[in-house]
Amino acid sequence: MSSTVASKPLEQRASRKNRSPRNKWTPERIIFTTLNTSFLVLLAALMLYPLLNTLAISLNDGMDAVRGGIGIWPRVFSLKNYEVVFNMDSIYQAFIMSVLKTVVVVATNLVFTSMLAYALSRKEFIFRRPITLIFVLTLYFDAGLIPNYLLIKDLGMLNSFQAYWVPVIISAFNLIILRTYMKSIPEEITESARIDGAGEFRTWWQIIMPLCKPVLAVVGLFVAVGSWNAWLDTLLYNSGDPALTTLQYELQKLLASSMNAGANSGNSAANAAAVGAGGQLTTPIALRSAITMVAAIPILLVYPFLQKHFVSGLMIGSVKG
Amino acid sequence: MTDAPVNLVTATGLEPADEPASSSRAPRRKPRTRAAKPPKEPKRKITWDRIKAQRVLLLMAVPLLMYQILFKYVPVYGWAIAFQDYKPGRGSIWNQEWVGFENFVDLFTGVNGERFRRVVVNTLGQSILTLVVGTVGAIVLALLLNEVKNLPFKRIMQNITYMPHFLSWVIVASLASVALSLPSSGGFINQGLMNLGLVDEPILFLTEPNHFWGIVAGTSLWKELGWNTILYLAAITAIDPSLYEAAEVDGAGRWRKMWNITLPGIRPTIVVLLIINSGWILSTNFELPYFLGNGLISETAETIDVFVLRYGYQLGNYSLAVVAGIFKTVVAIILVGSANMAAKRLNQETLV
Repeated sequence: MSSTVASKPLEQRASRKNRSPRNKWTPERIIFTTLNTSFLVLLAALMLYPLLNTLAISLNDGMDAVRGGIGIWPRVFSLKNYEVVFNMDSIYQAFIMSVLKTVVVVATNLVFTSMLAYALSRKEFIFRRPITLIFVLTLYFDAGLIPNYLLIKDLGMLNSFQAYWVPVIISAFNLIILRTYMKSIPEEITESARIDGAGEFRTWWQIIMPLCKPVLAVVGLFVAVGSWNAWLDTLLYNSGDPALTTLQYELQKLLASSMNAGANSGNSAANAAAVGAGGQLTTPIALRSAITMVAAIPILLVYPFLQKHFVSGLMIGSVKG
Repeated sequence: MTDAPVNLVTATGLEPADEPASSSRAPRRKPRTRAAKPPKEPKRKITWDRIKAQRVLLLMAVPLLMYQILFKYVPVYGWAIAFQDYKPGRGSIWNQEWVGFENFVDLFTGVNGERFRRVVVNTLGQSILTLVVGTVGAIVLALLLNEVKNLPFKRIMQNITYMPHFLSWVIVASLASVALSLPSSGGFINQGLMNLGLVDEPILFLTEPNHFWGIVAGTSLWKELGWNTILYLAAITAIDPSLYEAAEVDGAGRWRKMWNITLPGIRPTIVVLLIINSGWILSTNFELPYFLGNGLISETAETIDVFVLRYGYQLGNYSLAVVAGIFKTVVAIILVGSANMAAKRLNQETLV
């Protein structure tokens, strides 16, 4: 039984790895490895399928896509959906705004959060504990949606770009990650910087920040993902000004309208043809797929580059010991 | 508001402050040569001299502290609305009619009581189901990934399973609504069920109230499964390998080792993550019910956050929405506090 399960590559590897008793290819191990590998491959397929399917639909001719049955490969290849999407003023505008917002939020958040983390990482800092506590409490303490809305309104930030970045220049979680990382930097380094005459600002910016690059990359990615993916801030604060709309918010509006249509009249929304800007013909289902990809691809392009960093950075920042 | 899902995971960082270094970290840390240093710090008085000496650090911290207080604590003034008959037309909240606890009574027992109770039940049901399924799934996946000895394969699997975490809830909801639709609109879940012969007719998932909690839990599992394994995998790595060797000498098999060494080894991590998440029991599951819920299934779909957004922000019924928000915050603090205390009593790792 077991010998039939063993495939050729497994046997080859077995001969290489036969050094220690722990790596022996016992029948039990071969069965387990086979089952485990198949399970993981199946899981990975389940993870990838919805995205690949949407990608295929977005790259398929819209009228043809309505017929359904597209798997992970477009049936009638066409870039028309993307042309239509980028010819829609609202989507183009939203894309630019999403990028701009993400860049500003990442830059301000990293500078301010790390500056505070530096102060709180210093053991001799007198108000270290109370200040940390006030920030940590905000993880659970939230005044609520409407009070927050009223504050933004009272500050005169409704329908302004400021509403996107001003309230979020510090994130308590990332503060903790950065502070923990900075604490692990030997004190001798800060001390020698001080002896050489560097002030606190200089020590932070020129000594500590470069040492924090890996963890800054991770935290920056978290902030970027949060900002790029946010839609509620647009809905609450900036939905009154089309110039401030974001990609996720536009996608959400599209989703909401197709959900309503879908719930009320079965399938008619998906079957109705839509004429995009420029007089090109496409369908809501193809259009939505294309916008979904436009909203997903930028973040999916960024994270593999930071992946190596983020596992190590996350560990350092979050797992104790 | 924007980055909560990410941080659910990273939040274990709360503690590391003053823990003694564990075995995995210790070698990286330099042995302290000047033994005089550590003891002198903790019990120093706050004096003007020290404040003056640390003025730059204070300059770095205090404005940002003010900032956080402004954006996180000052909005509490909005809670006044809970005690008013708030009408946006009357202008500021200082210009309103005060009604005492009327709104509280109304929300918990009055005409809206039934709806609100259902909303609370939905929130709890969706959250607890999501949390249980997500925790068990992540632990199982971490155990299985840990058994993979082929590193490139392991890395590829990790990369693929992390990926959905980076997609927004809007996108995930969009993918889910397509996946759950009729086969003719690309609903591959129905297609798959029919191909396997499990159902004869496609199920209209998003119009049946009975399926909604499961849909939320399943979709959240898809999004966060891989990501949630990160901390468990790290915890497994930190387990002393000699324990496994000793167990092997005693004749323990793979399952015995998992059950008697790995699972107890990651128990502190599990407890800390459960404590952290307990505080968000009433706050999670906002997006999916908001995006995927519709009139037909609102009896099981609507959660507190959706109620607040729809009822308060969109319909202008601010007072009741604020009461619901206060309820949520108070419960969150109580839950984290009691979970923390329970863990302390059980002698487990705690948050604060």
